[in-house]
Amino acid sequence: MIAIIDYRAGNLTSVARAVRRLGYECSVTDEHKEIIHSERVIFPGVGAAGKAMSDLKALGLDRVLRDVYASGKPMLGICLGTQIIFEHSDEDDTPCLGILPGVVRRFPEPLMDPDTGIRLKVPHMGWNGVDWLREHPVFSGVDKDASFYFVHSYYPAPSEEDLIVGRTLYGVPFASAVARGNLVAVQFHPEKSGRPGLNILSNFCKWDPDHA
Amino acid sequence: MLSKRIIPCLDVRDGRTTKGIKFKNNVDIGDPVAMARFYYEQGADELVFYDITASSDHRPIMIDVVRRTAEEIFIPFSVGGGIRTVEDMREVLLAGAEKISVNTAAVKNPGIITEGAKAFGKQCVVLGMDVKQVEKSAKIPSGYEIVIHGGRTYMGIDALWWAKEAENLGAGEICLNSIDADGTQEGYEMTLTRMISEAVNIPVIASGGAGKPEHLASVLKEAKADAALIASMTHYGNYTIKGIKEYLKDHGVCVRMNW
Repeated sequence: MIAIIDYRAGNLTSVARAVRRLGYECSVTDEHKEIIHSERVIFPGVGAAGKAMSDLKALGLDRVLRDVYASGKPMLGICLGTQIIFEHSDEDDTPCLGILPGVVRRFPEPLMDPDTGIRLKVPHMGWNGVDWLREHPVFSGVDKDASFYFVHSYYPAPSEEDLIVGRTLYGVPFASAVARGNLVAVQFHPEKSGRPGLNILSNFCKWDPDHA
Repeated sequence: MLSKRIIPCLDVRDGRTTKGIKFKNNVDIGDPVAMARFYYEQGADELVFYDITASSDHRPIMIDVVRRTAEEIFIPFSVGGGIRTVEDMREVLLAGAEKISVNTAAVKNPGIITEGAKAFGKQCVVLGMDVKQVEKSAKIPSGYEIVIHGGRTYMGIDALWWAKEAENLGAGEICLNSIDADGTQEGYEMTLTRMISEAVNIPVIASGGAGKPEHLASVLKEAKADAALIASMTHYGNYTIKGIKEYLKDHGVCVRMNW
């Protein structure tokens, strides 16, 4: 069973729908026991970092998520979930989980396209590509020119280069996919990214980090 | 690079799509869920459902359409038409839509934009604007006025002012529909689209007037729209999403080609 962390943040049903569509059982839950005993964990989220962290703490899920990472269970961060995995977010000046080293920054204002000089809108909303820097089982079979659906105004800035699996350019280059050990995290929404997104979710649902 | 989005719009009345379709494939042309699935597979970047159901008694039918669509397609889609309260928004979002759009309700009660943005995040709240060109005046300095009731009622609100105001209130996106261009298939309202797109820092979806791929290329390049809404072009089988995107790509517009 796959546990989808429920911390009242955004539309969690879409992740669950996609996972069920792929033929896997999942539960949208904040129950510590259920999460700890699950086979793998998805940490999604749409919203603001400050509120998300206070909700996680209120539910005791900050500790549970650190335990999940330490347990070696496969773990997938999505969008806000990915940002909160880092140490600190500029959004509401929020101390985050600190599972991965690095911070979360806001896109600079004004944000300019370095090639055209045209001003880019924030949030970064819509379909963009990912420059894949290395192979990873969760991203296997994804075409190089596949696009993914993004909606965000803040982006992860890992402090260790080797965390970065994929990079996206939107005015500035940022880490759109990171991985370490049993953890994979993406800034885009695989559940809203059509076939390539479902491919990634499907890979995650089968992934065994011990046999990488 | 961020792609420009191509967004088919489906009008739904009492749970059925209203426009006649000439798909060659075995798509149930009256079923919005089948059509959504068809467009998803054909490479649409997003979908818009517009609920034109006259009575709110039929609301559960639309919610059911949204729920079934969310089981079938894994790209964002928005729902507009008849959304008046935060509770209406919640119902549609929980059924699986990514965004909701408000139009008349926001003109009458601008606070709904802020309430929606606070409750669900700005990215969920699309402001739909129906606009008509008028004489420039002290009240309407841009020469574009907000209308409702399909263009029959002038609201005395300047479209440019309203777009900026909606952004300040918390709208995450604007769907800009020109009543003058709507249904003509002679091209989008370029002056209006460019004016609004340059004035706000949120994405603008151009709507009304699409008849040929050239129209999309112009509005996405020259008028700086972030996305283009289409209806008749593909509903009647004259064009495919793929064909439109190939044209756009050949004409220097960044579009999503791999789906």
